[in-house]
Amino acid sequence: MTEQPAVVVDGLVMRYADKLAVDGLSLTVAAHSITAVLGPNGAGKTTTLETCEGYRKPQQGSVRVLGLDPVRQRSQLLPRIGVMLQSGGAWSGVRAVEMLRHVARLHAHPVDVDVLVERLGLGDCGRTTYRRLSGGQQQRLGLAMAVVGRPELVFVDEPTAGLDPAVRREVWALLEELRTDGVTVVLTTHYMDEAERLADTVHIIDRGRLVGSGSPLELTRGGSVATIRLVVTEPFPPGAPDHLAASLGPGTEVTQLDAVSLLVTGPADASTLGKVSRWCEEQGVLPESLTLGQRNLEDVFLELTDHADHADHADLESS
Amino acid sequence: MSTFAPAPGAAPVVRQVLAQASMETRLMLRNGEQLLLAVVIPVIVLVGGVQGAERVDLSYGVDTFAPGVLALAIMSTSFTALAIATGFERRYGVLKRLGASPLSRTGLLGGKVLALLAVELVQVVVISAVALGLGWDPSVDVLGALATVVLGTAAFASLGLLVAGSLRAEATLAAANLVYLLLMAGGAVVLPATAYGSFGDVVSWLPSGALGEAMRAALGDAAFPVRDLVVLAAWTVVGASATARTFRWE
Repeated sequence: MTEQPAVVVDGLVMRYADKLAVDGLSLTVAAHSITAVLGPNGAGKTTTLETCEGYRKPQQGSVRVLGLDPVRQRSQLLPRIGVMLQSGGAWSGVRAVEMLRHVARLHAHPVDVDVLVERLGLGDCGRTTYRRLSGGQQQRLGLAMAVVGRPELVFVDEPTAGLDPAVRREVWALLEELRTDGVTVVLTTHYMDEAERLADTVHIIDRGRLVGSGSPLELTRGGSVATIRLVVTEPFPPGAPDHLAASLGPGTEVTQLDAVSLLVTGPADASTLGKVSRWCEEQGVLPESLTLGQRNLEDVFLELTDHADHADHADLESS
Repeated sequence: MSTFAPAPGAAPVVRQVLAQASMETRLMLRNGEQLLLAVVIPVIVLVGGVQGAERVDLSYGVDTFAPGVLALAIMSTSFTALAIATGFERRYGVLKRLGASPLSRTGLLGGKVLALLAVELVQVVVISAVALGLGWDPSVDVLGALATVVLGTAAFASLGLLVAGSLRAEATLAAANLVYLLLMAGGAVVLPATAYGSFGDVVSWLPSGALGEAMRAALGDAAFPVRDLVVLAAWTVVGASATARTFRWE
């Protein structure tokens, strides 16, 4: 069964003043799935989302949401989507449940407000005004406002930023329940574990471009290549990655993830492992952990966004 | 049935507008500063004006002050209170959030207008009761008074939204209060334009002067104030078209 995608972004370009926020981005979101849009700060995630929500008109390219043009067919589209903004969205003097009831009244067949309040643990702050809610409570209210109208598709912008672990899990459970009930979910996030745990599809964007796409498994498997992740107790000496790459020989790639960790991509066999530990011995560095096997989404993310980084620096230097 | 099974749809437009109006009315009446502006200050001006005029033997009595203070009350709600509330709605992303709900921009505006009229009803009841207690003896043209309230609200609301949609929230707060104070003192709202000497011809073209004069004519002389209503209508057109061109939602 092939169903038409819920969202199609095609060659989107968005520019603010002199800054290119989205640079020819194309992606699709399958219906009834959870899709995570992952990217560093300023990658163009929110701009892309807000263009899908009809707040901004595409400067180049096109956006279709549920088959509709979000700007020209906005009044048809709005009742069918739910939007959670990154912050704000309520009067400072409004009570939490009052706000939720208000948004519910704007819809034809809203979810039972009491049920939703219960599900998101907002019962305690029913009479508290919005400005007195904690950050986490404001986030949950924002999510509740996005789903109360029984939308077909919800856009959630960093739904768990700043939440404590227990509340994050509740939010995840709610997003999964939405999918089970047939709602399409598009979320932006910084958190790799969130994307890995929730998403059917992950789109990694960096500097306004799509740099990777697939299911978390597809992205982390990275073909037949395996990885060795090396974490040491003290920062590597300068030039360490290149030095290690040279001693490993062709067919392997070494990426420095941060001051104390390296990722070796290549045949993760006994010979490579031996070379890595000998190299540590020669360099006098003490391994804290040496992990074999699958890359996690964070490795993929750092590689993809890091490479883009280097490429851009090269561009700048050559110009 | 599963909790979130999609069943999208907008509520009927009338229900949306009424929901918005009742929400905004409640928020306005709940806010202490807004209440001060809406009811307390006009009542103080009314009582103080009437008693002060008696003491210094001014020719103005409660029959002059009562319509003027009603005009002041309408100005405070439809201009100052609306501008400040809308300025902070922009700042806190309320307008943005509602922009993604089924409520259309027309519906939002309709809700705001109904909320203003509801608050003004409360103001008119309270201020009229105090004025009657002070011995006010109105001579009313009902149609003229209603037209004055509606057009006065429209003119000042369009100007209030012009301020709120172009300045930052704090600047809106300052500007809306400053303009209110200046017009209260020198805009022929509370006192008639004739009290301003030769300057009176000028102030009667201001929205404040036109609103004050219209109210005094409709509640004092039982007249239908055509000229002043035309002035208010003209300000509405100017304010609304400028707002439509400059209003920023975020």
